[in-house]
Amino acid sequence: MTQNIPIVENIMNANDRLAEENRARINAAGVFAINIMASPGAGKTSLIEQTLPRLKGKLRVATIDGDIATSIDSDRAAAAGAQAAVQINTGGDCHLDAVMLRGALEQLDLTQFDLLIVENVGNLVCPAGFKLGTHKSVLIASVPEGDDKPYKYPGMYRGVDALVINKVDLLPYINFRMDYFKQGVEVLNPGVTTFETSCRTGDGLDAWVDWLIQNAKRK
Amino acid sequence: MHELPVTQSILKIALQHAEKGNAKRITDLNIVMGELSSMVDDSIQFYWDIIAKDTIAEGATLHFRRVPAELQCMTCFHKYHPTDKELVCPQCGGVGAKIITGEEFALESIDVE
Ligand SMILES: Nc1nc2c(ncn2[C@@H]2O[C@H](COP(=O)(O)OP(=O)(O)O)[C@@H](O)[C@H]2O)c(=O)[nH]1
Ligand SMILES: [Mg+2]
Ligand SMILES: [Zn+2]
Repeated sequence: MTQNIPIVENIMNANDRLAEENRARINAAGVFAINIMASPGAGKTSLIEQTLPRLKGKLRVATIDGDIATSIDSDRAAAAGAQAAVQINTGGDCHLDAVMLRGALEQLDLTQFDLLIVENVGNLVCPAGFKLGTHKSVLIASVPEGDDKPYKYPGMYRGVDALVINKVDLLPYINFRMDYFKQGVEVLNPGVTTFETSCRTGDGLDAWVDWLIQNAKRK
Repeated sequence: MHELPVTQSILKIALQHAEKGNAKRITDLNIVMGELSSMVDDSIQFYWDIIAKDTIAEGATLHFRRVPAELQCMTCFHKYHPTDKELVCPQCGGVGAKIITGEEFALESIDVE
């Protein structure tokens, strides 16, 4: 005899629950935490490198870097002035999840920091579904990737709290229709906080850094 | 790659409910998967065959009910299906749509013996 058992349970629940535990731990230490996502090469590590010196004397920062195999990114973060830089090697996984973040958090004395920056694995598909427990998700879109990315990766653009459009120094050389790009973003994520930056020239970085400071102060 | 932990979750949820229902065997799993959920059903099937082995769900069939994305324009309330080129409302050109369907990813039910 076959019988049907109705369930209707969100499959991401297990990860979401762990993410909530991470959030509680981060909150208890009074830290503001962000999760930076982007495709490989968009400028995640560069943005962190440019951000750290600008926060010197203002916020104490820890970074957590997810990478498939190397520790290059966390070495770069440490060199740029992160008070602590933890590397998570995902061993082939294309995104961080709440379990991995929990492991990294255990290596940090969170009470020593004001800001936690998590650099997710470079990928525009998977990280969106896996909450980590950070307060804000930040997506970096870089100009050379093209203006159609919101249309191709709606899930990613939809769930983020801030958008950094990086490599704007390349706008004169690339056919990037900013209007078309922003129109797609506006449909998916109306009114999302947006920064236009260049990690090469430093353009737009002050506004980004102010946003981090304002958020960290509230914690 | 992320389908491995996801598949483990599916198995865990299914086994919990089967146990509650005193089932001897799980024969079918009905999964709903929205177009915007960034999950790949082939990979889930691949991992399923490996991890369900030696459980009461071994050999069970996975059924995927795909739900297309549907947006609703918040200006003229027209409902439409977005494409990978166009997201704005085809009727009025408005932006700021609400996603009505397409983000779901859930285990709806299981068939057991
Ligand atoms: N022209 C230009 N290049 C940039 C900018 N930001 C980063 N890059 C370059 O893009 C490449 C990838 O940057 P990286 O920070 O390693 O990217 P990640 O993979 O997202 O961490 C490096 O060669 C950077 O120098 C920018 O604003 N303008
Ligand atoms: Mg990097
Ligand atoms: Zn409309």
